[in-house]
Amino acid sequence: MIRFENVGLRYGMGPEILRDISLHIPERSFQFLSGPSGAGKTTLLRLLFMSLKPTRGLITIFGKDRSRISRAELPHLRRRIGVVFQDFRLLDHMTTYENVALPLRVRGREEASYRTDVTELLKWVGLGERMHVLPPVLSGGEKQRAAIARALIEQPEILLADEPTGNVDPPLARRLLRLFIELNRLGTAVVIATHDLGLMEQVDARRMILAGGRLDIYD
Amino acid sequence: MTDLSARHGEDQHAERAGTQRVQRKMAPIVPAQNIAGRALVLVIAIMTFLSCLTFGAVTLVRDTATVWENQISREATIQIKPMEGLDMEAALAQASQIAGEFPGVKSARIVDRDATARLLEPWLGSGLNIDELPVPRLIIVTIDETSPPDFAAMRAAITPKLPSASLDDHRTWVDRLVAMARTTVTIGIAVLALMLAATVLTVVFATRGAMAGNGHIIEVLHFVGAEARFIAREFRHHFLVTGMKGAAAGGAAAVFIFIVFSWWSSRNMATPQADQATALFGNFAIGSAGYLGVVLMVLVIGALTAATSHVTVVTYLSDIDVRQPDAG
Repeated sequence: MIRFENVGLRYGMGPEILRDISLHIPERSFQFLSGPSGAGKTTLLRLLFMSLKPTRGLITIFGKDRSRISRAELPHLRRRIGVVFQDFRLLDHMTTYENVALPLRVRGREEASYRTDVTELLKWVGLGERMHVLPPVLSGGEKQRAAIARALIEQPEILLADEPTGNVDPPLARRLLRLFIELNRLGTAVVIATHDLGLMEQVDARRMILAGGRLDIYD
Repeated sequence: MTDLSARHGEDQHAERAGTQRVQRKMAPIVPAQNIAGRALVLVIAIMTFLSCLTFGAVTLVRDTATVWENQISREATIQIKPMEGLDMEAALAQASQIAGEFPGVKSARIVDRDATARLLEPWLGSGLNIDELPVPRLIIVTIDETSPPDFAAMRAAITPKLPSASLDDHRTWVDRLVAMARTTVTIGIAVLALMLAATVLTVVFATRGAMAGNGHIIEVLHFVGAEARFIAREFRHHFLVTGMKGAAAGGAAAVFIFIVFSWWSSRNMATPQADQATALFGNFAIGSAGYLGVVLMVLVIGALTAATSHVTVVTYLSDIDVRQPDAG
């Protein structure tokens, strides 16, 4: 589904942040992306999400060469990738329901056509009772689940989550992890960027460790 | 058991209420108003108001200048100085006849003795017998402004027959007034151009300021897969409405001021102060061109606000993928 071959990235004339990264994320796979803070996990996720272009190497996403994907094609491909940002990026003037429905709304779909789906998804992530609340009122864990629901509403083929358990207590972290595993069982490939070793030990999954700009993969 | 059924009932009630709430109108993609948005409306209103006032003033000056020009160039004067052996009345009749025969002359009216005496009254007092004094006499020639007569030919026709007659077509006055009026209008237009430039820059910067607070919205929309034209459309629409609100308020205030002045001017008509003001500035009515200009300005400022937000969104989106990420 996504393939990196000898990918390198640097900003301007600075040193290479990522060096010779080669990886393959197959369909329906589950993997952790780990490494110390500042190792470049977010940068690698941004490459996966096509919000950055590599300075060298080849990235193939859904069978397309990243360097040949036009600006106009990006929104369509991005809809096949769900992203959960570290800082959630929920819009404070919209309710939880409206935030989760946003990806469908920007595609011009009528609300009546997705109302049930959004409501069901919110119930699935445990936010059925918090549907009409604005994000500033939500707790960290609720915001996290709202961000996950927004990433999932379009039934993406792959979900990228940046430190999804960074702001929650261990029981909630386990609950969120179960949510990702359940999602993976339903057919979505999952990449979780985390430096939480405790979280990774709970699942027997592939681990990709970033250190010094290089990636080591432990299957 | 009872407790459970009661809870179930409550759940159902909550769900129904929830569904009803879902059916309410969705929040707009771009939040309705924040402090920067309100400040933008105010700035646009003030700048539109000032621009409209400047525009109104320039219209007023231009119209008044045209009136000055027309009123003076509508008439010419033939002056006949008394001479030894000259039959003044016959000379007046002859000059009047010659002038009247020229194409482009509507009428030639002799200023009679009484009228001439009245003209001189401020200097020579009342009860003046003008036959006792060598007073020049006048013929007022009314001219068709659209096709004025050939003054040189008229002069050439009158002077040989009446050597003491002279034709004054007010050209010197008209030229001076035209020059003054044109200078005034040019200055007015320059002031208006500066005012419009200031308005454009203020609106552009205020819109960009208001847009700065919306960067996170553009980013989220971009990352959830919204197309650039969708994002640009949402912001353009929002800022068009904001710009139009401010511009309409400013324009309406300016129109109100024009109406108040016009009403004041008509109410004080025939008082010495108002007559002086009217002589100088006309009757404070800006006319349909002025009102049309206000409407045009409101539309242009609204469009300008929308265009600025559009450009800001497009620039932001083209920058979004090359900015430095947070380390992670």
